[in-house]
Amino acid sequence: MNCDVCQQGQATVFLTQIVDGKMQKVNLCETCSREKGVTDPTGFALADLLMGMGAAQEIEQGGVQKCPACGFSQSDFKKTGRLGCPDCYQTFAEGLAPMLSGMHKGTVHTGKRPVRMAQFLERRARLKGAESELRRAVAQEDYETAARLRDEIRELESAMAGVGSEGGTSARSVGGAGAPEPQDSEGGEV
Amino acid sequence: MPIRRLLGETGEWMQGGGPHSQIVVSSRVRLARNLNGHAFPGWARKQERMQVLDSIRPEVERLPEMEGAYSVLSQDMTALEKQVLVERHLLSREHASKGVGSAVVMNRAQTISIMINEEDHLRMQAIRGGLQLAEAFELINQVDSALEARLDFAFHPELGFLTACPSNVGTGMRASAMVHLPGLVLSEQINQVIQAVNKIGLAVRGLYGEGTEALGNLFQVSNQTTLGETETEILARLQRVMEQIIEHEQNARLMLLQKKPNTLLDHVGRGYGILLHAYTMSSKEALNLLSYIKLGIDLRLFPEECRQPVDELFMETQPAHLQKGTRQKLAAEERDVLRAEIIRAKLRGFRAPDAAPLGLRAPDPGPAS
Repeated sequence: MNCDVCQQGQATVFLTQIVDGKMQKVNLCETCSREKGVTDPTGFALADLLMGMGAAQEIEQGGVQKCPACGFSQSDFKKTGRLGCPDCYQTFAEGLAPMLSGMHKGTVHTGKRPVRMAQFLERRARLKGAESELRRAVAQEDYETAARLRDEIRELESAMAGVGSEGGTSARSVGGAGAPEPQDSEGGEV
Repeated sequence: MPIRRLLGETGEWMQGGGPHSQIVVSSRVRLARNLNGHAFPGWARKQERMQVLDSIRPEVERLPEMEGAYSVLSQDMTALEKQVLVERHLLSREHASKGVGSAVVMNRAQTISIMINEEDHLRMQAIRGGLQLAEAFELINQVDSALEARLDFAFHPELGFLTACPSNVGTGMRASAMVHLPGLVLSEQINQVIQAVNKIGLAVRGLYGEGTEALGNLFQVSNQTTLGETETEILARLQRVMEQIIEHEQNARLMLLQKKPNTLLDHVGRGYGILLHAYTMSSKEALNLLSYIKLGIDLRLFPEECRQPVDELFMETQPAHLQKGTRQKLAAEERDVLRAEIIRAKLRGFRAPDAAPLGLRAPDPGPAS
């Protein structure tokens, strides 16, 4: 049996670790086991090691070769276990998803949000609501309400554009394509 | 402010104190953050790292928390100075290996340390004495909120804060407590405890984090996952586990006192004897023996005034701390001689451990029947 890390040496160290009831196994050659600090059982977390390689294998199935923003490739990830830039999360989203769900408690962030981002998301949610209310108002020929909503939409749009240009880009470039709406995913996927 | 001055002062957490400080040495919380539109430090070219450094550093320096702070570029520190900071947990080992393009900013009290261009653009941590996880988080959370208003942090609506390593994505938070568990080690329960802690998604590591040995019966317990839970939930889980570990350690000590008093006294007594009389001492041996002196103080085998000097020795006998007062770098053997000398000098006034308060005689003649 070959070593899972270098794929060359004869595997002589067989590790099994159970975290949260999930079993993870890895086979290593002597050199790699020493390099990864496996011989010290107290200071070693299998998850960290697995992340580097298992992840890289998963990423390969993603299909995308290089991150357009930073030029980072799958093989770079295989080597380092680290990504190239924030946009890599979008580039390699498909390959990263199963790895992240195996590594973490959940797949959706529920903690702190930057205030600017929180505002942006709030406005975006409000905008959607206002748009559908507007359609309803128009259908019901309630032009007074429709006019009020149109003003609100215009306001929201200009506020969001402002954020977008000064830094809210993260919400667009990273979260725009592919990623589901946060409001929906929080309710649906968790 | 010159780095030399910082090295001469002790940080708040190093002076002991805080809740449960006999067992919990310190609590640390670190947050990882990155700037949008820039490659992570490990992938960025030097020019980009410099650009990131130049945009982050002034914002960090102008934080109210950082009044009178130490702000140092990585290339302006010697290897020894970096190592001192590593031993104080103000600098990560990863950051200590960085050259041009990285910096660290630390507050006067040495409770906040902000590393720029470590594995992530920003690694911000707060450290407090004893079990103060919530307090440490509050401290660093304020810093984060202040910086977030001025810097464009990479944040994904679904994945949270984006980090170089996918294992940190989400909250970007790693909360950890350093615990002293001689009772669990001596009673051979430590592996059980480590396994139990691992099972609920927390990691147990040695003194200096990932891949380091558990010296001096010191362990670091930290959260392993960062995505899918709020910061508060992660902290609460760690807090609950810490309270249980403290209880287990206390029970283990009581059990040892009742069932194996001789084993216990033997470790404390041997530790005292060797530390007081050795002429050469490796840092590993020093930590392991000091651990039993510390235990002896907790058990009142030594008077309480011994605590501070012993706590200080834990830090002062570390390789870099040992050499910060010397003019040139010392060879390993010279360090061991110097270390033994410092320990002897500090323990000279200590009386031999006194088992009387335990209601035991040393040596215990065994069960009378």
